[in-house]
Amino acid sequence: MTLFVEQCLNGLQFGLLLFLLAAGLTLVFGIMDLVNLAHGSLYMLGAYFAATFTAWTGSFVFGAVLAIAATLLVGMAVEVIAMRRLYGRDHLDHVLGTFGLILFFDELVRLIWGPGGRSLAVPPWLNHSVAILPGIEYPAYRLAIIVVTLAVAAFLYVLVMRTRIGMLIRAGASNREMVGALGVNIKLLYTLIFGLGAALAGLAGLMQAPILTVQIGMGENILILAFVITVIGGIGSIRGAFVAALLVGFIDTMGRSFFPQLLGDLLGRQAASTAAPALSSMLIYILMAAILVVKPQGLFPAGSR
Amino acid sequence: MADALLHVAGLCKRFGGIVATDDVTFEVPDGELHAIIGPNGAGKTTLIAQLSGQLTADTGRIRFAGGDITRVPAWRRSHLGLARSFQITSLFLDLSVLDNVALAVQAHAGHSFRFWRNARLETGLRQAARDALEAVGLGHRAEARASLLSHGEHRLLELAMALAGKPRMLLLDEPMAGLGPDESARMVEMLASLKRRYTILLVEHDMEAVFALADRITVLVYGRVIANGAPDAIRADAQVRDAYLGEDADV
Amino acid sequence: MTGALTLRNLTIAALVLVLALLPLYVALTGDRFMLTLFTRIVILAMAAVSLNLILGYAGLMSFGHAAYLGIGGYTVAILCFEGVPSAFVQWPAALATSALFALIVGALSLRTRGVYFIMITLAFAQMAYYLASGTARYGGDDGLSLESRSGFAGLINLSNKTTFYYVCLVLLFASIVLVWRLTNSRFGMVLQGVRSNEARMRAIGFPTFRYKLAGFVIAGTMCGLAGALIANHTDFVSPAMMFWTRSGDLIVMVVLGGMGTLFGPVFGALALLFLEQFLPAAISAVVHPFDPASAARAGEFWQIVLGPLLLVVVLFARGGIDGLLGALSDRIQRARKGGHG
Repeated sequence: MTLFVEQCLNGLQFGLLLFLLAAGLTLVFGIMDLVNLAHGSLYMLGAYFAATFTAWTGSFVFGAVLAIAATLLVGMAVEVIAMRRLYGRDHLDHVLGTFGLILFFDELVRLIWGPGGRSLAVPPWLNHSVAILPGIEYPAYRLAIIVVTLAVAAFLYVLVMRTRIGMLIRAGASNREMVGALGVNIKLLYTLIFGLGAALAGLAGLMQAPILTVQIGMGENILILAFVITVIGGIGSIRGAFVAALLVGFIDTMGRSFFPQLLGDLLGRQAASTAAPALSSMLIYILMAAILVVKPQGLFPAGSR
Repeated sequence: MADALLHVAGLCKRFGGIVATDDVTFEVPDGELHAIIGPNGAGKTTLIAQLSGQLTADTGRIRFAGGDITRVPAWRRSHLGLARSFQITSLFLDLSVLDNVALAVQAHAGHSFRFWRNARLETGLRQAARDALEAVGLGHRAEARASLLSHGEHRLLELAMALAGKPRMLLLDEPMAGLGPDESARMVEMLASLKRRYTILLVEHDMEAVFALADRITVLVYGRVIANGAPDAIRADAQVRDAYLGEDADV
Repeated sequence: MTGALTLRNLTIAALVLVLALLPLYVALTGDRFMLTLFTRIVILAMAAVSLNLILGYAGLMSFGHAAYLGIGGYTVAILCFEGVPSAFVQWPAALATSALFALIVGALSLRTRGVYFIMITLAFAQMAYYLASGTARYGGDDGLSLESRSGFAGLINLSNKTTFYYVCLVLLFASIVLVWRLTNSRFGMVLQGVRSNEARMRAIGFPTFRYKLAGFVIAGTMCGLAGALIANHTDFVSPAMMFWTRSGDLIVMVVLGGMGTLFGPVFGALALLFLEQFLPAAISAVVHPFDPASAARAGEFWQIVLGPLLLVVVLFARGGIDGLLGALSDRIQRARKGGHG
């Protein structure tokens, strides 16, 4: 039972983290129609920045704030220098161009931080367990992740649904040309949106750092999941990204924990131990393929494109 | 009444809150040139798209040559003899003019799971394509890249491609869109020459052309048919004047 | 009338000559490394040729093409592992498994368009990656070694590097000839029409899905054969062969070389692998006069140049190498005409 609750929470936490990543991706995708493979690089930079700034300032929170700011700046710089020239072009151009950026950032990080990766420790004031239910303890840090990401999700909701900028974002997702025709400074809007996406990615990167990793190429692994979520949720839909991220987070976490056992019960120990690891990893992709076959536009297709 | 070549009954299509096609019923007998007119946003292109198969109607039926084609996919309708030209030019711009039409011919010349022989050397395809180009007066442009043609030539190429598949019925969506007066006059001549050989459904804004060519006219406003009949009757219809032609329509 | 003697055609002819005569160069200079490098280039060029069929000619952006290298490779490796070293079983099996995978992936993916298509092909490739990674019997993440190269019952000895090189080269040329005939055939015209304007293709009467699927399967099968070759070349297969970034490398080769051209993929494979091999040394050489101490290290970061280079190619040289050659050829032709006028 304890394991079940713990894995549920892990699934929630992983899902929310993925949401941060996917939200930025789906925004940029939905509004600027830009396929950004380098989104994972911003995630990686967030983690590296946090590791360094925390070491400099001695404080996790300070380090985190500086890391988010730095990632935001890098994101906006990338938008101005590179992304601007890709708007309106073929998706193939986006894929190639941003693929080139991945190579660039991987090497840049190697140049600055060396090939060995970094470590970032859980801040001491969060390094304990909390009894969330009688008899069930859960790491405070992971709870903090859940709280922070939910807060960010709420902030995004308010931003998109209740502010002027949010209205422009929703309008842009439906009809880009119109928003431009309305006299809004599209260039600035795009830079800000891209920056927002970068900041979200950086936040996700730094938060997972104490639990998982800070190393070159970490972006490439998780980027696929983020894209899967974007596609399942429906491109341009933050709500879709939220639902899909939770779905993916749960299925992936629970799948890895319980699927081997389930498979063992069904197929017997031998068969399960050969098939389980592979199948658990594949679950997410099987899910995406299944959803796309039934709903080719994702669960919540946004606007008319 | 003899079974019309095209019979549309109760066709409806909604996009979210917007009713693009509202219970449209009309028919086109074999050999007739039937025009569809109406103000912008009346749903004319949407109607054509449902007839040719790019869109599927929500409710209603479409019968063509005696068969129900309401749910038949677009490519198969082409093989049943229904050909369409597009309001916004939709060609293979990076191929030659001849290649464009040859593809239209190829689609109706057996299957294309031929992997070895050079298709550009198939005289059957190439000759039929040249004939279609000659018929619309583009024979001299056969080797040119499609993207290099003028707008007027593009509209003619649109027509050639619709004709290449030897259809029974043509669905022409504003073939004169964007044409100057000379080119329009030539297009009207062209359409007149096609009149008896093909059954034609013509969507057009150019009222002179419409009243010169049409045997019967259907008027569409906000997706609904408000009038249907011979050109004189339409010209005189008060509702039509209000909605579209205007008080002093003198065509 | 200048005929076929354009710069572009001459370059292609030179390329073919270089590839054909390479072993002679190696025999004369003893530079065996070049033989290894060029064998790799030729095999990956074949993979790129297969991707070009669907990407360059049909406009299908498959981001999971590296999966077929893995599937073909693993089929050969697994059969070898299970005691079936004969090429007469391994290679047809590699073709069959690749074709089957392509059929399934294509049937499910080709119903989607645009970025959804990219994602779903990518997802299927990742599935193949995880399948290989999670199968302990065949090495999992560590990969699987080949005890011996595919056996042709003594007729062809693949362990002989020169022989193997020529086998790969012949297969590369055969695949180019196949693509040449395919793209000019009725089938190829359909693919080109689909790339140009799929909606119109359907309107004029083509059931486009079945043709796209056929192209997809042909491309996957061809790449599976390249996979069988690469397994023999490295005597080793691993899941990493199928990771999505490797599919990205293949796309880069196709675009860099010139999409939708016959020899583009070969130029692309050559360019990318040469850059990979020699750019570090080139960078070191450039840095050396200024800062000898860090020259060696500087070469390590060659991908910092490659990344933006890709971006530049995308933005300014869309036709790739073949396109540049074509543009140069035109310039030369016009200059000639002007000079004689």
